[in-house]
Amino acid sequence: MSITVYVPRDSAALAVGADEVAAALQEQAAKRGAKISLVRNGSRGLLWLEPMVEVVVNGKRLAYGPVAPEDVAGLLDAGLLEGKAHPLALGDIAEHPYLKNQERLTFARVGITDPLSLEDYQAHEGFAGLRAALKLAPADIVQQVLDSGLRGRGGAGFPAGIKWKTVLGAQAAQKYIVVNADEGDSGTFADRMVMEGDPYMLIEGMAIAGIAVGATKGYVYIRSEYPDAVKVMEAAVERATAAGFLGDSILGSGKAFRIIVRKAAGSYVCGEETALLESLEGKRGIVRAKPPLPALAGLFGQPTVINNVLTLAAVPFILARGPKAYADFGMGRSRGTLPFQLAGNIRHGGLVEKAFGVTARELIETYGGGTESGRPVRSVQIGGPLGAYLPDSLLDLPMDYEALAAKGAVLGHGGLVVFDDTVDMAEQARYAMEFCAIESCGKCTPCRIGSTRGAEVIQRLQAKPAEAPVQAKLLRDLCDTMLNGSLCAMGGMTPYPVLSALDHFPEDFHLAAPKHQAA
Amino acid sequence: MALLNIEIDGQSTQVESGRTVMDAARKLGIKIPHFCYHRKLSIAANCRMCLVQVEKAPKPLPACATPVVEGMKVQTHSDYAVKAQKGVMEFLLINHPLDCPICDQGGECKLQDLSVGYGGGASRYQERKRVVSNKDLGSLISTDMTRCILCTRCVRYGQEIAGIMELGVGGRGEHSEILAFMDLTVDSEVSGNAIDLCPVGALTSKPFRFKARSWELADHPGVSPHDGLGTNLEVQVKLNREVVRVLPRNNDAVNECWLSDRDRFSYQALHSEDRLTRPMVKRNGQWVEVQWAEALQAAVDGLDAVRKTHGPEALGALLSPHQTLEELFLAQKLMRELGVHNIDHRLRQTDFSLDPLQHGAPWLGMPVADWSALKSCLIVGSALRQEQPLLSVRLRRSAGQGARVHLVNPFADDLAMPLGAQLIGKPSELPGLLAQVVQAVAQRKGMPMPAALQPLSSGQPSAQADAIAESLLRESGSAVMLGHLAQHHAQFGTLYALAQALAQLLDCPMGVLGEAANSVGAYLAGAVPHRGPLGTHAATGLDAQAMLRTPRKAYLVMGLEPQLDSADPAATLAALQSAECVVALTAFKGQAPEWATVLLPVAPFTETAGTYVSMEGRVQSFNGVLAPQGDARPAWKVLRVLGNLFDLSGFDFESIADVRTEITPDLSVVVPQTLGNGLSGLPPLKVRASLGTIERIGDVPVYHADPLVRRSPALQATRLAQTVQVTVHPQLGQRLGLAAGVTVRVRQGDGTAELPLAFDAGIPEGCARIPAGHPLTAGLGDALGMVALEALA
Ligand SMILES: Cc1cc2nc3c(=O)[nH]c(=O)nc-3n(C[C@H](O)[C@H](O)[C@H](O)COP(=O)(O)O)c2cc1C
Ligand code: SF4
Ligand code: SF4
Ligand code: FES
Repeated sequence: MSITVYVPRDSAALAVGADEVAAALQEQAAKRGAKISLVRNGSRGLLWLEPMVEVVVNGKRLAYGPVAPEDVAGLLDAGLLEGKAHPLALGDIAEHPYLKNQERLTFARVGITDPLSLEDYQAHEGFAGLRAALKLAPADIVQQVLDSGLRGRGGAGFPAGIKWKTVLGAQAAQKYIVVNADEGDSGTFADRMVMEGDPYMLIEGMAIAGIAVGATKGYVYIRSEYPDAVKVMEAAVERATAAGFLGDSILGSGKAFRIIVRKAAGSYVCGEETALLESLEGKRGIVRAKPPLPALAGLFGQPTVINNVLTLAAVPFILARGPKAYADFGMGRSRGTLPFQLAGNIRHGGLVEKAFGVTARELIETYGGGTESGRPVRSVQIGGPLGAYLPDSLLDLPMDYEALAAKGAVLGHGGLVVFDDTVDMAEQARYAMEFCAIESCGKCTPCRIGSTRGAEVIQRLQAKPAEAPVQAKLLRDLCDTMLNGSLCAMGGMTPYPVLSALDHFPEDFHLAAPKHQAA
Repeated sequence: MALLNIEIDGQSTQVESGRTVMDAARKLGIKIPHFCYHRKLSIAANCRMCLVQVEKAPKPLPACATPVVEGMKVQTHSDYAVKAQKGVMEFLLINHPLDCPICDQGGECKLQDLSVGYGGGASRYQERKRVVSNKDLGSLISTDMTRCILCTRCVRYGQEIAGIMELGVGGRGEHSEILAFMDLTVDSEVSGNAIDLCPVGALTSKPFRFKARSWELADHPGVSPHDGLGTNLEVQVKLNREVVRVLPRNNDAVNECWLSDRDRFSYQALHSEDRLTRPMVKRNGQWVEVQWAEALQAAVDGLDAVRKTHGPEALGALLSPHQTLEELFLAQKLMRELGVHNIDHRLRQTDFSLDPLQHGAPWLGMPVADWSALKSCLIVGSALRQEQPLLSVRLRRSAGQGARVHLVNPFADDLAMPLGAQLIGKPSELPGLLAQVVQAVAQRKGMPMPAALQPLSSGQPSAQADAIAESLLRESGSAVMLGHLAQHHAQFGTLYALAQALAQLLDCPMGVLGEAANSVGAYLAGAVPHRGPLGTHAATGLDAQAMLRTPRKAYLVMGLEPQLDSADPAATLAALQSAECVVALTAFKGQAPEWATVLLPVAPFTETAGTYVSMEGRVQSFNGVLAPQGDARPAWKVLRVLGNLFDLSGFDFESIADVRTEITPDLSVVVPQTLGNGLSGLPPLKVRASLGTIERIGDVPVYHADPLVRRSPALQATRLAQTVQVTVHPQLGQRLGLAAGVTVRVRQGDGTAELPLAFDAGIPEGCARIPAGHPLTAGLGDALGMVALEALA
């Protein structure tokens, strides 16, 4: 009997040599006459431990990491295949403190299964949601999603059920499901981990959405810097179609749903839903004015559900276990769990799925283990490049859409980027403007002109401390115009990081007392 | 449609659901500053100038893109709203040069107007302004791209109205800029409207550039002298001396806010070197300038001598349908009083078999505005975009909203709009193709083909014909239209009878597209051989073709360049040159000295009062905007004096109003009663077999259709005007052993022309499309006759 060994195929693991480790394992095991069956799983999300090798011993998965190819021979010699001790040994990975207290609903399978194995997927409750959905009327599926309280994970937190209901109610010969997998936010990688680690979950979520709203075609718009995710998704769609989970009659139900995988155009703003639709249609990725809502006139002018990967990935669980099982997690109007992503200057970066309500401090200290540099945390940017910078004093806020909004912050896609006390917040603010200037689609006046000029104003402020109060006033007025006037959240939210830096860290802007006049 | 209540700046109103705050404000007459919004274009909501305060909204909202909801309360000029608007304005001014005094848009710039109200004087931003390189867009539009505020009106115009995306946005963020598609020139037949749409001085009129500041201009209403649409113009005159610009005058029932490029730029001809400004007579083979009295006497003597020696039937009048109603009326009156009945304005027409059968003036058969509501439309024999640029714009919008447009045409035309089924065939095949559609409609209605038309049917209609029939029958809102090419066709009578039968089966309007500004007016004026004014009975004279095929001894020619404005230039020139006396009333000298004996300089449309009757029967009178140039005189005055000199009674008009009153005291009441496309019988029906191997498709290109457009340097420099070629199906080229791009010789009768050859698979194989109305083809014969093509030795 061969021994099952896991080496992740997630690109975070590949980037640090997982393929080489896998090759070394094959070679060294063969040399030793040991029979191993190597499975390339997704990543568990303990990124500082990648490449993490797991071996199944007595039904337990014992992990070693981070493993370099040159460690392999020694590990085998030390008895890796029997789960023996080694300096890199991590023990039963399920009991690892990083994982043990997570509430993995969406990431339940990621890192555990072979991503492309339909058997594995079904052995772990896969397609239970789809089978349940096929027994329901479309409106009942939508109702379940509504009852679960699931909100969009792409940034805006819009209730998914309401969006679906609008599309269900729209009359059209063709409707679409579009998955926003452009994942452009800094410090985020959960979408990618789902696609690379558990693609059938996304496919299942899409198919359920299609059945619910009457859409027969779905597109996955995947960030162009994610070649592995594109490959895995394409292979998964092919296999799922061949096995009858997709196609003209899903599992013989007579309901059709097909999926097309598309590589994105490589622009941050193409993650904005209307620019994404333009891009999918083959045009320049420029934001559309709303109305019409994409739900009524989206892709090719037809009613369209656009959801983030994580939004749709949460759906199979809701259908399989019922909306209440999901809604039991979370707080206030933020129900369920969110896969948080810890990045930046942090010791234990990775994926932590927790119910809403966990604090940033808990995530950063308990899970993240503080900064990588060992210096004190000065600021955390939550929610991507358009998210506010929080000072240490606000890190005890619960991660909840409304609680953060009350402090001028956003949760976004759940990414946290940590900075220690060496950070120059004026430089961060300038960078926010510059990012916007580079990524702006250029359609609307406030963002197109404000971002370029905003970066210049901050630069002048940095260079001439004497002018700081005047320039700061100008900067606030400029942010006001961007905030109030921009067509989409790119220009409309770029002021968040800028103003939060200015408000919370005035000393970095050559300004004296903190002014609390956030817009 | 549900009505919603909204309150704006304290005023209440009701608007239909689906309308925006901007719509509601406009209804109340409340002005909200805006740049990208335009009522004829889709909503882009990109300039963000129209931000207003909406009760309960967390942010200011763009009025142009915010739908009204019940009970909405809006403040457009509250401190909150103005602060938001000022913020956007300040941004726009950061990048915009503040040199209005040297900008061509100065004085009529929306940014300037608004910034005077909002701007804070010196900019708070110190960095350099953004600089954008200018683009060469061709002869019509000049650019100052640094001024562009990227409102994308020009881009949306091309996509949505003109049907060709000549301009687009390239680059991203601050590097976004307006670019011409593939660096091509921007000169479709309706490109100039982008100039009016551009709210700043980024796109301006190239011919107008630096000619004048807007406040030096006097505006006069005018009516387009080109196609029969009746486009309303604003003619701008500088210092009472020169027409320096023509702009659209909004009329939603006619041209909306658009102009075709020829409406806009043809004014350049008014001040061309070629204007005839002195009367001239030909004495002993020499042309001499003379006083008016002498020239008029020479005209009278010349015409009278022929009349006395050969009788009045030896005289003929060839009149341009671009002349005014009053001029045409007086010309035919003069002729008829002299006993001459050979009067015609239809020089491009070749089949006059309808004349005895048609009692009304042929017209569009429906209001122009109703083209916006067409559901399905069959156009027979037309190069529609070139013939009717603005009617095409209307049809394009209908097509965009789902209307089905079908062609029975001698070539597959790119109408820059979605097209339904088409029947393309050689000119000689058009009657047969149209008959198939009639037959298919009859079959679908379970009716026999009208008995009289039976001889035209040949077996079963094709699938295409049936598809057209299905589309025309599907719902009400169809129309059948005969284009200029159909009107020039040798079997126009047959095509007309078929179109009529089709429209009767469909119970829908049938009409003819008005080729000239006054095509309908010319009928009403009596400028036809078989009818007097307003369709009254008259002794029948010779039609234009007959007058030229059996040449007269004397001609009165008004407003025409016969070699360019007739169906058969060679025959026309021969006829005129053989005459003893040819009196030409013309604004331009052109080639007239080659065929006339007396040249009388008359005023073009801007230098005289007059009336045009459009193809929908709209009567539009206008006044001159300038004194006639040199010794030129309004033609109606010249004709009046000729009447006096002939000692005719009834030529004592004091004013143009007197002439109008003589036609009828109430034109707008009488005209609609005088229009009519009905026939009192069928003309002889012909399905002509092709006469030879290569049939000529001689359509008249848009910039060669009349004497004015031919003299506009800006129009002549466009790609449309520059492209003069013989176009054939590639297989014909192959068969003749001719390659694309080579110069070929076209032979027609005794005439030849040498033109480059081009291939287009949309042309039937046995045809060559060779433009008419062009100096390079003026030596050729019948525009729809047979030609031979050969390689140059
Ligand atoms: C500049 C910009 C970039 C965005 N990028 C992404 C992205 O990469 N992925 C994503 O899911 N949503 C992104 N969004 C949010 C989408 O517009 C949209 O709200 C989301 O796809 C809706 O899905 P959800 O309701 O499931 O969150 C972005 C928004 C903006 C303004
Ligand atoms: S805010 Fe920026 S990204 Fe969004 S539409 Fe305006 S220019 Fe484009
Ligand atoms: S050129 Fe004029 S119309 Fe076109 S985008 Fe610029 S400002 Fe607008
Ligand atoms: S006019 Fe409303 S955004 Fe431009």
